Amino acid sequence: MTSIGTGYDLANSIFSPDGRNFQVEYAVKAVENGGTSIGIRCKDGVVLAVEKVITSKLLKQGANKRIATVDRHLGVVYSGMIPDGRHFIDRARDEARSWRDTFKNPIPTADLASRMGGYMQAYTLYQSVRPFGITAIVGGWDSELESGVDGEVGRGPSVGAGGKTPGKKYGGPFLYMIEPSGLYWGYYGAATGKGRQAAKAELEKLDLSADGESSLTLEEAVKEAARIIYVAHDDNKDKDFELEMSWISGADGPTKGFHQEVPKALREEAERLAKKSLEDEDEEEEKKEDDKMEE
Amino acid sequence: MDHRPQAWGRPRDDVYGAYDGSYLQSGGPKTATQSPVVTGTSVVAIKYKDGVVIAADNLASYGSLARFTDVKRLRVFLGTSVVGFGGDVSDMQWLDRHLNELAIDESYDDEPSPSSLLSASPNKGHGKLNAANLHVYLQKLMYRRRNDFDPLWNQLLIAGLDAAGKPHLSSVDLRGTAFTSPSLATGFGAALAQPIMRRHAPTEEAAAALTREEAVGVVQECMKVLYYRDARSLDRYSIAVVTKEGVELKEDEQLERQSWAFAERIKGYGTQTV
Repeated sequence: MTSIGTGYDLANSIFSPDGRNFQVEYAVKAVENGGTSIGIRCKDGVVLAVEKVITSKLLKQGANKRIATVDRHLGVVYSGMIPDGRHFIDRARDEARSWRDTFKNPIPTADLASRMGGYMQAYTLYQSVRPFGITAIVGGWDSELESGVDGEVGRGPSVGAGGKTPGKKYGGPFLYMIEPSGLYWGYYGAATGKGRQAAKAELEKLDLSADGESSLTLEEAVKEAARIIYVAHDDNKDKDFELEMSWISGADGPTKGFHQEVPKALREEAERLAKKSLEDEDEEEEKKEDDKMEE
Repeated sequence: MDHRPQAWGRPRDDVYGAYDGSYLQSGGPKTATQSPVVTGTSVVAIKYKDGVVIAADNLASYGSLARFTDVKRLRVFLGTSVVGFGGDVSDMQWLDRHLNELAIDESYDDEPSPSSLLSASPNKGHGKLNAANLHVYLQKLMYRRRNDFDPLWNQLLIAGLDAAGKPHLSSVDLRGTAFTSPSLATGFGAALAQPIMRRHAPTEEAAAALTREEAVGVVQECMKVLYYRDARSLDRYSIAVVTKEGVELKEDEQLERQSWAFAERIKGYGTQTV
């Protein structure tokens, strides 16, 4: 490791001759050691899940949440250095609030991703700071309803606020992932942290693409998310973990457009199915091995 | 003697001649809201066995002009409490946005609200702030604004449940005066609706014996009397019932079974000669 940077990694804001910023690359390494987080965008919502590695038996079960609510319709989960993530959340909440102060309506998920992407990128530019040691996954539901403005008292004009094309769909589920470089893209399914390779492989098997035509429902996505976190944890078996999940649906869905923790009953059911699916896979493998032996 | 605030602390004109104030700011002391502009009238509310019924009409008046007729003056907080606003509508909007911020702060906390635990429904909103907490918060907010000489020109009724799950009904006004009672009304309602409600719920015990239907009936009766007698009122109104199951809010109700027969007996107004 010591020879990798050859002097170009001693400070942020210095490029190496072949155009790399080593400090950002090392920040990515910090992320790669963190517990796996994933996000799934399906037709009627977004699911966020994280593998919360238990660092001490003295920590209360189910406390110290890792998924945070940024605004009522927005959730964030991250892998990497937890204090960096906490600061990221604080900033995201400030951004969401300042958007409401200015525009009197909730910040669209894309705009929050853009502002937070800009914020993280700024931490790659200056000597006085280091990049964020996290990759954050931002999930949100932008309201599909005619929402008016915060503090509005009346119905307003019967034609609505205007600025909308009839027949066109507005709002819906959104999912973004922001990396330490400040790079962000919108995703159908996103994964980061230690188990990201396995998680990505599983996400790619899901039918997530194409707007509104994804066959996966929100509840199925919750179960898939649980299974994927269990699969991704498989290589890291010696460490205990807790599964933490949250979801956001539209106004007619189970969370009414709010970002909320997945109810305990559904989470436990999802975990049961996830464990069962892993056991089944193990049995199949054993069977195959047995078959080979017989041959 | 010139008693205008603008003259305070200045040399007396009758002794020193006219004071040259041209280089001073001419606005006088800092002034904020001196009177409300667009106003909502009464809010009435009464406790009953399992909760609170609260109602307000849908009118915002501009002086005596019935200016806006679809104004929603009952605001739901966290899906567990209702705040009813009388007085200035722009101050109400400011407070509504402020309470919205407060509700978002509450949603940062992962603890589900007491009501969502009781009803086993995850969708009743998050947060631990109950109506009794909200009352204290709003009292401190209103009192502080009063001391800044920039009052929020409202009287608020807060309906919901307290920490023990018992019905809670309380009031705060623009001076920060706070109290609770089995029944409460703001504005004209304090004179016209309060006596009617006190007939049905003179004490906490009497209120705790009321059924939901009785409480809703009393509130509807009060809204009707207010519409008869209050010239700044409207026959379309909002009514909310707050229980531990949450808030049932209806925002476009019509006053039923009106009878203006009493009007014939009223003398002394308009073109009549008594």
